[in-house]
Amino acid sequence: MSAATKAIEAGHIWTFPGGIHPPERKDRSNSTPIEVLPLAKQFIVPIKQHSGPVGDLLVAVGDNVKAGQPLTQVGINNALPVHAPTSGTVSAIGPGRIAHPSGLTDTVITIDADGNDEFYSFAPLADYTSLSRAELLDRIRQAGVAGLGGAGFPTAQKLALQRPLDYLIINGVECEPYISADDRLMREHAQTIIDGTEILLHIAGCEKALIAIEANKPEAIAAFEALLPNYPQLALRVVPTKYPSGGEKQLIQLLTGRQVPSRGLPIDVGLVMQNVGTAYAVAQAVLNGKPLIERVVTVTGDNIAKPGNYWVRIGTTVAELLNQCGFEPVADSKQEQRVIMGGPMMGFTLPDLDVPVVKITNCILVPSNQELAPAAEEMNCIRCGACADVCPAQLLPQQMQWLAKAKDYDGLEQQNLFDCIECGACAYVCPSEIPLVHYYRKAKAEIRNIAREKAKAEVARERFEARQERLEREKQERLERHRKAAEARKKAQAEAVAQGGDNPQDAVQAAIARAKARKAAQAAAAAKQNQEGDDE
Amino acid sequence: MTVVTALIVLGVLALAFGLVLGFAAVRFRVESDPIVDQIDALLPQTQCGQCGYPGCRPYAEAIANGDEINKCPPGGQATINSLADLMGVEAKPLDAAHGEEDVKKVAVIREDECIGCTKCIQACPVDAILGAAKQMHTVIAHECTGCDLCVEPCPVDCIDMVPVPVRPDNWQWDLQQIPVKNVESSH
Ligand code: SF4
Ligand code: SF4
Ligand code: SF4
Ligand code: SF4
Repeated sequence: MSAATKAIEAGHIWTFPGGIHPPERKDRSNSTPIEVLPLAKQFIVPIKQHSGPVGDLLVAVGDNVKAGQPLTQVGINNALPVHAPTSGTVSAIGPGRIAHPSGLTDTVITIDADGNDEFYSFAPLADYTSLSRAELLDRIRQAGVAGLGGAGFPTAQKLALQRPLDYLIINGVECEPYISADDRLMREHAQTIIDGTEILLHIAGCEKALIAIEANKPEAIAAFEALLPNYPQLALRVVPTKYPSGGEKQLIQLLTGRQVPSRGLPIDVGLVMQNVGTAYAVAQAVLNGKPLIERVVTVTGDNIAKPGNYWVRIGTTVAELLNQCGFEPVADSKQEQRVIMGGPMMGFTLPDLDVPVVKITNCILVPSNQELAPAAEEMNCIRCGACADVCPAQLLPQQMQWLAKAKDYDGLEQQNLFDCIECGACAYVCPSEIPLVHYYRKAKAEIRNIAREKAKAEVARERFEARQERLEREKQERLERHRKAAEARKKAQAEAVAQGGDNPQDAVQAAIARAKARKAAQAAAAAKQNQEGDDE
Repeated sequence: MTVVTALIVLGVLALAFGLVLGFAAVRFRVESDPIVDQIDALLPQTQCGQCGYPGCRPYAEAIANGDEINKCPPGGQATINSLADLMGVEAKPLDAAHGEEDVKKVAVIREDECIGCTKCIQACPVDAILGAAKQMHTVIAHECTGCDLCVEPCPVDCIDMVPVPVRPDNWQWDLQQIPVKNVESSH
């Protein structure tokens, strides 16, 4: 065993550069158990809630569905299905606002609940080790499990990469302020998370898992400490409280001292990471056959009367959820009430409250203006360098800001813009209130667009050239056909003459002579008639 | 004597290398004109002909032969700037005689009005229209470059050029665009 592996085994915790300590404010929501809210009357289920292709529809308007029934299918493009959150009738399928910072629409399935909440039949599994790896992966995919921590990458797809693994890391760090959904889940369902972790280990063919929890969650740590002695292949790692220690690359650095290469994946350094919520969902999917139709959402902020954590069915609208949690908008009607999906660092302001909660929604934050000041006027960069000090990815935020404003995309790529995890630490410390992350996101979108345009231009060029070739070929073929036809005609003629038949040329002459004769006869007849007319 | 040997050896070496280089020059000659390829790579490949040439490649050839670099409206100022960089000349504004920069568009055939005349198919420079005689035609949206060439030939004017729709995955993170509205409590 190498020294580095020994240190990992011994539980050494490394550090990562930068980071900040924003006010945590988790105590507002983490003291009460996760509550189940009454079912909504209507659910809006977007068919795309993950990264990757979407599945084909399995239902039509008017169909009756049961809770957990698939609405889209895996199909040929290996999509991730979505499921009905409760029983009821599909009342509409079409474009609807989705939970996206753009406020744009996407295809959504609207389900009117019948209130009975009847469940689709699920097939529980007594012994998952009897299934093959592929069958287990299929079970997870069919259940619609996507990474619940971040971008919603399909879990089965992440596990399908067959490369040697040293450790599976279960991420229960939850470093973003306000959010306590994973914290409550770990306190109340540590056993299910452990079951899920074992399944993940089995599928990944990996020996050992590290469960990482931030030091500010003593109850969750205690819950795992009580259970872990029975599981020698699982180890608990407590990491110091610092934002963003829950970032994938940051946590890997903390637990193993390894650095994921720029634009690389954790698997490049022999690791794979899953969120605790995902481990829970995997256990539900594999052991109970239950698809992902609900998740824990933290609802918090000064303007919420009953902050806490709730089991929310996917597709519940934010408006419905806030109503049930005692939403009190700011009294001053001139001011806008912001509702943020996600945390204060990485979340985005919702354009509208009729958007649904989706698989990756971990928090709805309704802050007052005192606790979270609205964005202030942007001032000029004073080159203080504070942003570079806190950047966990060791980038130069200031430099990137100048480049982004100058639209110097090559320069931005040289500065490794795509390593930016959009954690917002730089914008948090910037004394000039520059919305730095906003500039990076815009620049990233622009760079991706340019790449797309380039790829499209490449296709257009190929198609243009293919068409030019086709036109040229068709012209040649046409000429060739004409030439062949003329030759064949000549040959047939020559043969006919040789066999002593009429020379077609003669036939033509004869026809011309006949026509002439007929014309002459007609002229004569006409003249005769004229004469007769004159006679009368 | 040594001087003569040295001269002979050097002479033989020079001859040998000369032969190798000569062979390589013939054997590994680059077929097409690399500057035309480089220019073509910068053009937007819309193939619309607004530059006055029948496609982007012919215009690339014309530029290589000294034509102006500001005749391509779909590429706009960005393309002119990169062409200026490549050719080492001064960037200038787009020549308005050839048209103006416009948003990206895509052709859409109003299918119930299409009479199946195939005229648009013949006009499309990238074969992005699908159809057969007397059958309804349709545009393969992701192959369409938005060149506008199919609109004119259509005898029943059933082709529209519509701006490329903005979807969440090609959205530009312009936070100013978000219609943030006042949220009222419903109790
Ligand atoms: S948002 Fe990006 S640039 Fe800013 S601190 Fe985080 S990783 Fe660094
Ligand atoms: S923290 Fe803000 S003001 Fe300071 S260098 Fe960075 S961008 Fe400029
Ligand atoms: S004007 Fe049209 S055809 Fe000419 S280079 Fe530009 S895109 Fe190509
Ligand atoms: S479909 Fe029309 S607009 Fe699109 S590329 Fe073909 S001819 Fe041009």
